[in-house]
Amino acid sequence: MLAFFMDPSLDIWTKLLEVVYIIIGLITIYAGIKNLLDKENPARIGTAVFWCSFGIVCALGKWLPSKVSGLLVIIMIIPAIFKRVKPGKVNAPKKEYTEKQFEKIGYKLFIPALCMGFMSIIFALLNVSSLVGITVGVFVSMFLLFLYSKDNKPKVFLDDSERFLSAMGPLCMLPQLLGALGGIFTQAGVGDVIAGLVQKIVPEGNVNIGIIVFAIGMALFTMIMGNAFAAITVMTVGIGAPCVLAYGADPVVVGMIALTCGFCGTLLTPMAANFNIVPVVILDMKKRFGVIKNQVFIAITMLIIQIIYMILLK
Amino acid sequence: MELIKLIGILIVIVGFAFKLDSILIIFISAVTTALVGGLGVEGLLDVLGTNFVANRNMAIFIMILLVTGTLERNGLREAAASLIQKIKGVTAGKLICVYGIMRAFFGAFNINFGGVTGFVRPVVLPMAEGAVEAEGHDVNEEHLEEIKGMASAMDNISWFFFQVLFVGGSGGLLVQSTLESLGYQVSLIDLVKVEIPVALIALIIASIYFIIRDKQLCKKYYGSSSSSKNKSTKK
Repeated sequence: MLAFFMDPSLDIWTKLLEVVYIIIGLITIYAGIKNLLDKENPARIGTAVFWCSFGIVCALGKWLPSKVSGLLVIIMIIPAIFKRVKPGKVNAPKKEYTEKQFEKIGYKLFIPALCMGFMSIIFALLNVSSLVGITVGVFVSMFLLFLYSKDNKPKVFLDDSERFLSAMGPLCMLPQLLGALGGIFTQAGVGDVIAGLVQKIVPEGNVNIGIIVFAIGMALFTMIMGNAFAAITVMTVGIGAPCVLAYGADPVVVGMIALTCGFCGTLLTPMAANFNIVPVVILDMKKRFGVIKNQVFIAITMLIIQIIYMILLK
Repeated sequence: MELIKLIGILIVIVGFAFKLDSILIIFISAVTTALVGGLGVEGLLDVLGTNFVANRNMAIFIMILLVTGTLERNGLREAAASLIQKIKGVTAGKLICVYGIMRAFFGAFNINFGGVTGFVRPVVLPMAEGAVEAEGHDVNEEHLEEIKGMASAMDNISWFFFQVLFVGGSGGLLVQSTLESLGYQVSLIDLVKVEIPVALIALIIASIYFIIRDKQLCKKYYGSSSSSKNKSTKK
């Protein structure tokens, strides 16, 4: 590990990116230990195992043998599957406190809030890691918050991040697990098999038809699965790559717009309960589909526009 | 027999459709795909480890959480509420659009001040009801139901299409890593750039749609004469 950071042949951004992962790992290990010591947590050990094993893979992933990382991922998943990852004592700020803070700080609170986004764009435009940019933004933001109010000590930031991690729970790992699953699909040759099947239906080399099938497929699969992230993984491997990208379409345009085509599906399905059904309950609405109904026109219009956009820009 | 390789995809689709535990589905799908592909147990650990580590960039949201909670603690929601409450003398439909634009702008910076639970219910809805009353009407129950639906819809649309404009957001990272595993290298900023026109079009269409829809609903529930009369009295 030391050799990596001392190696003069590696550029500073590669090294800093590993520092980013080490910091993230330490944050989750902190969350794990905090929950282990939290007598109010109903599942102290499972919660600690989950966050700590994630922290170790995240921090040391570059140096651990991949089989060890794989084993740690499985160790991490087990308490999640058995529902043994729970939040402990919640130390949410009181309304009086947040109101008092806003009166004291005022609108300049937006500066640290927008700081991460600005930094990530600047770093991306300079062609260096935007993840390092986000991290720089986070630290500038923490510094500003400390200047605004001396209450904002390092422990407050750590405890508040733990509060959000615990509230999100193991499901916050979904994108990363799906990303890993996509990689496994590709390595197992899943895409090649589907390509063989689809080529019997889609005329070979017709990129436009491929795009239409991919876009509508993304929307439909998202409607069935209720999750555009899960859909983009299987659909890009299964249809996007073999039927569209293989014929020379721009992966930037097709890969990305397909995701927002999936979002059009999210707007149309009760399977995406968080977005379409939970608001009905929270706002005490009478019609179960009251939210979806207001989204149908926009979802379908946007799907058509995005298909045209992809065909024009491919 | 090649078709058996697709079982992992089938597991994901069926599992999600039946609302089984998401992590369990992914795990079973990964294990089955690896075993069907003849990787064996060691191969499975190897592939799982390699791919999970390769997708570590998606954990960047944890870095951001370092300030998310503390921003909330220092009154970010109150700041956003006070900002939108500066808007006065608009119809409910226009108010929903203002909220959508605000939600979109902050979404692009990965700032979420609560969505339906944290913001629409406590801040936007009371303002919308106030807007209808300011026009001189008692709020019609069915109109209120539609306002709730439109506000939630606007919330979703703005958030979905603009949160992908954050360089380093989960959506772009997932697309990038999926493409990379297929052998295509793309940069996050390029992914964001192609999405900008789409996001703007979505916001414009949604704004126009909801303003027109609200106008029609007002006409339906309060009659056409009153709204024009109100406009003239304002002048």
